[in-house]
Amino acid sequence: MRIWIEQQRALIDFTLASLARRKAKNLGLLAVYTLLVFVLASVTLFSHALRHEATRVLADSPELILQRMVAGRHDLIPPGYLDKIGKIRGVQKMEGRLWGYYYDPVIKANYTFMAPTAGDVERGTIVIGSGLERIRGLTQETGISFRAYSGKLYSFIVADILPHDSELISADLVLMHADDFRDFFGFPAGHYTDITLSVANPQEVRNVAAKLAAALPDSRPILREEVLRTYASIFDWREGIVLAILSGAILAFAILAWDKAAGLSAEEKREIGILKAIGWETGDVIRMKLWEGVLISLTAFLLGYLAAYLHVFYAGGILFEPVLKGWSVLYPRFQLTPEIDGLAVVTLGFFTVIPYTAAVLVPIWRAATTDPDAAMRS
Amino acid sequence: MIELADVRKVFNQGQHNEFRALDGINLSIEANRVTAICGPSGSGKTTLLTLIGCLARPTSGRARFKGEDISGLPERFLTQLRRRSFGFVFQQFNLIRGLSAEENVMLPAAPCGRPQHEVRAKAAMLLDQLQLAHRRDAKVEWLSGGEQQRVAIARALINDPEVLIADEPTANLDTTLAREFLAILDGFASAGRTVILSSHDPLVIQSAAVHRVINMRDGRIVAA
Amino acid sequence: MLIRSFNKRRLVLPCLAVALLGFAMSFVDAALLRKQHAVRIEANRALAERLGLTDLALFTEARYTRHPSQADRHAAFQDHPLALEHFPTGSLIIPPSHSHAYLDRTAARAD
Repeated sequence: MRIWIEQQRALIDFTLASLARRKAKNLGLLAVYTLLVFVLASVTLFSHALRHEATRVLADSPELILQRMVAGRHDLIPPGYLDKIGKIRGVQKMEGRLWGYYYDPVIKANYTFMAPTAGDVERGTIVIGSGLERIRGLTQETGISFRAYSGKLYSFIVADILPHDSELISADLVLMHADDFRDFFGFPAGHYTDITLSVANPQEVRNVAAKLAAALPDSRPILREEVLRTYASIFDWREGIVLAILSGAILAFAILAWDKAAGLSAEEKREIGILKAIGWETGDVIRMKLWEGVLISLTAFLLGYLAAYLHVFYAGGILFEPVLKGWSVLYPRFQLTPEIDGLAVVTLGFFTVIPYTAAVLVPIWRAATTDPDAAMRS
Repeated sequence: MIELADVRKVFNQGQHNEFRALDGINLSIEANRVTAICGPSGSGKTTLLTLIGCLARPTSGRARFKGEDISGLPERFLTQLRRRSFGFVFQQFNLIRGLSAEENVMLPAAPCGRPQHEVRAKAAMLLDQLQLAHRRDAKVEWLSGGEQQRVAIARALINDPEVLIADEPTANLDTTLAREFLAILDGFASAGRTVILSSHDPLVIQSAAVHRVINMRDGRIVAA
Repeated sequence: MLIRSFNKRRLVLPCLAVALLGFAMSFVDAALLRKQHAVRIEANRALAERLGLTDLALFTEARYTRHPSQADRHAAFQDHPLALEHFPTGSLIIPPSHSHAYLDRTAARAD
């Protein structure tokens, strides 16, 4: 065992000394390799954590939402729908919801206005998300005016600000009293944006949805499990896009790495001949090369992964912000809970370390065919 | 110490370019002596050294090292024997460029699994003996021809071999350096090592440091 | 100077060991952070339940990116039937697969 360790140490020393001969080239390769792992690991960690966050936070979102469609657009729920639904068996509780979008021309951002059904916002006041607090410089007790689509100016006092660490779901929210909401948007009395329902027996949700669709043919039921499924699969496809964009880079790198690792130059072949002549076995040469492959690829994987971990969970995935933000003005500041998909990390590690190491080893069969006496004949 | 009996070495056997490098060599080499194999280029000197040094196996005939038949040993054992018992100084020195003198010297010890500090101390001692201590960390391509050869000698000695094999050691050296080299060899023989070298340099053959000269021509041993 | 460069190389293995340790630590750190974050997640879940929130406020550009789960397949093309998607994030999230589930069913019944 002791001998084995000393042997590996000596082989590693030689490998490192060999690599150090082309320091710039090998460090460059390591840097590109690390960067590639960093990007892939960042995407994987970020999307997995976000998916997890979404499904947990939205676990108790409304069980069933009923929208009305007119000519392929959402339309207001007219009076009378609540009564019709009330006749469907299995519906335990239902509420008409009031919410909509408001475009703020001052900063060119969209807000989500909402009248909570719990009705805990006083008339003339609003509760805002912390994204709004930041972007409009609002504090508690300050006033703000919004010009309604009718042209009329409405003033509100900021009564409260939603918790900062809820930004991921509440950054753009403006909560107000239901009457204020109706006045502001000119909502006719008795109309709602949509209806939320809860069903007594969770296993009946699908039946109730089917009954609703039959009873109100212009309606569209949305089930909570479908909402959750939307978020469980969100970014699955984004990862696909990132991979597609990256695949060119990955391929280019693969060619570079293959060329670098698999190409046995005349110089290297000569060196292997020398090593064999001075008493190295083919196995020693292979072990030495194995260390070379493992050292480079494992270092790249570990550094790339660690950088990605810090980037996603400590720096808030700051490099993704421009991509995710797109054209929107309001971008939530949020911290993700580090849910790590172990399988994804193992997969990434596998595909980082194994192919490169294999590429390093491939040309070694040639070393095996190099006769030790070749060194005498050069 | 080394006995060869009717040893032949044929390259590209059975092909149109078949070449008999050695043709029926019978030879016995004593321990603790400096033996020179001399002859014109193409006479089979180098091939003979590769057989003696376990770098290659004879096509036919027997080779014995310390009474043990080595002509039929598998590659693995041959390598181990070579590592333990033989040190090589090649004509082109065959140092690995880009590595320091010390790293080159330590190379043959790598597969042995000896503790690093021990190998390093031994390398330092050898380089010191060969007056190269000050060049220990210099890359070998920065060294002069004589210094490179001394690095090669130190490398050949790192595993403490019984036999030192040198192929045309003075071919790349001027007269002064060649004399220095012969002085070093003399020291080895008196220190109990067997030295076998090939050369066609009169300086070597006539040197007092060489105890025995074997003449070769066309793959055979000829009388002096 | 040369001795120093040799020593630098000797640092590679310890550095690699540190990186390996860091790799392992990242999982420990993640577990600790998860514990810390549990309170926040619970609070957010309660807020989402109280307000009936259905979506993340990640993309606020358009209603079908702000509330992808509430959007339908027409939303992305509301400007014109042949309009190309023009919000960057719109091209990053797919329309929800369930959008037409019940519309399909009603259409099938009419046949």
